[in-house]
Amino acid sequence: MENSILIGGFGGQGVMIFGQLLCYTAAETTDKYVTYFPSYSMEKRGGTANCYVTISDEPIGAPKAEMTDYVVALNSLAMNKFVNNVYSGGTMFINSSVCTEKPDRTDITFVEVPASDVAREIGDSRVTNLCMIGAFIAYTDILPPEKVLATAFKKLGAKHPEFNALNEAAFKRGMEIGKAAKAKK
Amino acid sequence: MEKIYSRPIGLKKSINGYCPGCLHSAAGKLIMSVLEEFDLLERCTQVDGVGCSANNHTSMDVDSIGSPHGRPCAVASAVKRISPETVVYTYQGDGDLASIGLAETMMAANRGDNITVFFINNANYGMTGGQMAPTTLMDMKTSTTPYGRHAQEHGYPMHMCEVLNALTAPSYIARVTCIDAANVRKARAAVKEAFQHQLDGKGFSFVEFVSNCPTNWGLSPIESLKFIKEKMLPEYPLGEFRNR
Amino acid sequence: MEKVFMKGNEAIAEAAIRAGCRFFAGYPITPQNEIPEYMSRRMPQPDVRGIYLQGESETASAAMLYGAGATGIRAMTSSSSCGIALMSEVIAWMAGACLPVVICNMARGGPGIGSIQPSQQDYFMATKASGNGGFRMLVFAPSTIQEAVDMMYRAFDLAQKYMNPVYILSDGFTGAMMEPVVLPEMRSEEFLAAERKKNEAWAATGRKGAARSHQIGAGQRPGFPRAPLEQKNKADWEMYESWKVNEVEYENYKIEDAELIITSYGVSARIARSAVDMLRKEGYKVGMIRPIKVHPFPEIAYEQLDYNKLRGILSVEMSIPPLFYYDVEAVVRKRTPIATCLRSGGEIIERSAIIEAAKKLYGDK
Repeated sequence: MENSILIGGFGGQGVMIFGQLLCYTAAETTDKYVTYFPSYSMEKRGGTANCYVTISDEPIGAPKAEMTDYVVALNSLAMNKFVNNVYSGGTMFINSSVCTEKPDRTDITFVEVPASDVAREIGDSRVTNLCMIGAFIAYTDILPPEKVLATAFKKLGAKHPEFNALNEAAFKRGMEIGKAAKAKK
Repeated sequence: MEKIYSRPIGLKKSINGYCPGCLHSAAGKLIMSVLEEFDLLERCTQVDGVGCSANNHTSMDVDSIGSPHGRPCAVASAVKRISPETVVYTYQGDGDLASIGLAETMMAANRGDNITVFFINNANYGMTGGQMAPTTLMDMKTSTTPYGRHAQEHGYPMHMCEVLNALTAPSYIARVTCIDAANVRKARAAVKEAFQHQLDGKGFSFVEFVSNCPTNWGLSPIESLKFIKEKMLPEYPLGEFRNR
Repeated sequence: MEKVFMKGNEAIAEAAIRAGCRFFAGYPITPQNEIPEYMSRRMPQPDVRGIYLQGESETASAAMLYGAGATGIRAMTSSSSCGIALMSEVIAWMAGACLPVVICNMARGGPGIGSIQPSQQDYFMATKASGNGGFRMLVFAPSTIQEAVDMMYRAFDLAQKYMNPVYILSDGFTGAMMEPVVLPEMRSEEFLAAERKKNEAWAATGRKGAARSHQIGAGQRPGFPRAPLEQKNKADWEMYESWKVNEVEYENYKIEDAELIITSYGVSARIARSAVDMLRKEGYKVGMIRPIKVHPFPEIAYEQLDYNKLRGILSVEMSIPPLFYYDVEAVVRKRTPIATCLRSGGEIIERSAIIEAAKKLYGDK
């Protein structure tokens, strides 16, 4: 079993952290093979950023998969750029707070997560990615949610313990959204 | 009877490879005699550049590293940092130090690496047949300035002591010459001072020898000394630029 | 041993430190910046106590490495493609002076400044002409981060064994990606001190009562009196020839019944391996030959093939024009058709493209 995920957005939206939280959790709590490959545009800040995550029972050949099972788009640029990178029958998670027009593709499932709105309600736009991860994990069951959250506390809380509560709130709200979307499936 | 002079034991008893009358051998002899006086022959490493200075690689009986052209200061910086107990010095000509290796020279000086640099300025590339160097005098004819060095085409002579003196880190900078006994004494004092700075851990020390190249200048040894006095020294004034 | 999830560049740096690397000089260049950054953090720490030095250029950094090599300490540099090209001058000197140093190239697109994205366009530079004078080096080509770590660990021992620079030819992809790795044991201080002590027989750090002063220089074997250059060239050649017997390393993957061989190295081989697996699932009898060291080239791997049952060889690399291909062609000598599957300039080779090219060469099942 191999799960490939492409996460895209603006630099600064927590794209890399999204990918790394999945990878660290998989690498440290499972026996699975894991790869992470980041890809940036030339700008150091504000450019586009995306990363490829593969979690597999077999050794991983192509850490930068051309087609993936899941795409997570944190902004509309990434949504439009990567909509055709999803396998037919795959799933695209979109940050519906900023991605207003859904792309025209009927053979994949769109899971709409108003992550930026959730983050604003919680009080900090920087937890947008945690909301998306919560929705992603609840919908896909790729990794146990409590393990992912523990990784977030460990990796992000080490430098910024004050963010733990916000991250947890965003993650849980995301999970509710993901669960609801799964129930509709 | 008291012995007042002998051949420095650091000099191998072989022909040193320099042309008759060349002051490279005077500089090398002074360095060896100071190392002997300080009892450093057993704990020093010499880093040679490429050019006539590389002759020292085989004529000095000390540990030595023959380095790529212009890179002695980078090589010496690494050796000194790895082996701080070793006294590390470079021996370089003007093409090596002031042209191809200018970045290495400046940056070792700017880092204040605790090494000593000996610079032999004879205003041309001696080994390759007397081409223009950064230190070639105005109007001086060389094999690549057959009509003389002209400002518009070639710029001006490069003054390494003055350039280095603009940096904060170096601790000792001096320019000397070996054209006569009085100057040889001063030159030896400068070499001693430079090594003392390294022994005291003060950082980058630099001694420039205003030197000659009788072969490529087309002058007899005696005439070449006169040329240094009359032409080179007005362009390259002697003295201690920094000592702290 | 515990697995840690690490970025390739950082894992490579840590492996070098655990192998006993105690001197690093380098100059910033993407995509290998995490190596010098990691070294600058790690070297001063109490369990390492090594030296990090940022050179003013790649040339100066390599010169610093040359100086470090002359002291007998375990030392390395890293750079990428055009930066390695700048080091060529000193790499030749290090080979000429027989210094046991390690050079790591996290390759990017070329020629010239090329691109900052991963590439394999330095194959010739690494294996054939890394500088003037016709010297050779052992050249490792890691396919995964784990392999890069293991190779880095061995590289220092091999450099010491042969008194010759050892070269790791990796790429920006392996450097930038993250993967779980098992890191090797930290070499003990006693081991490193003993190695250093051995090297005092030739190191140029002050004569310290030795019968002869030590001279390090291109064209001279450390610890030996200067010999005529041709004699030294011959001795080097003998060593290079001995590698063909003792240092060849390659991997055969599913080749027993294979009718088509994919051959590739480094990161491309990693992608090609998964193409082999997918083709096998579809019933194609495909296997892979992967040089683990690209110098000495594993000619034997291709000599052992049964060309009567082979439909062809697909040579896969991220370089246009192909470079690795010519080493394959030279040993296969037209005994079977060779096709290529290539990307270049920083584009990552796609598994689907390899599969398509393999099917085309394979013909009907």
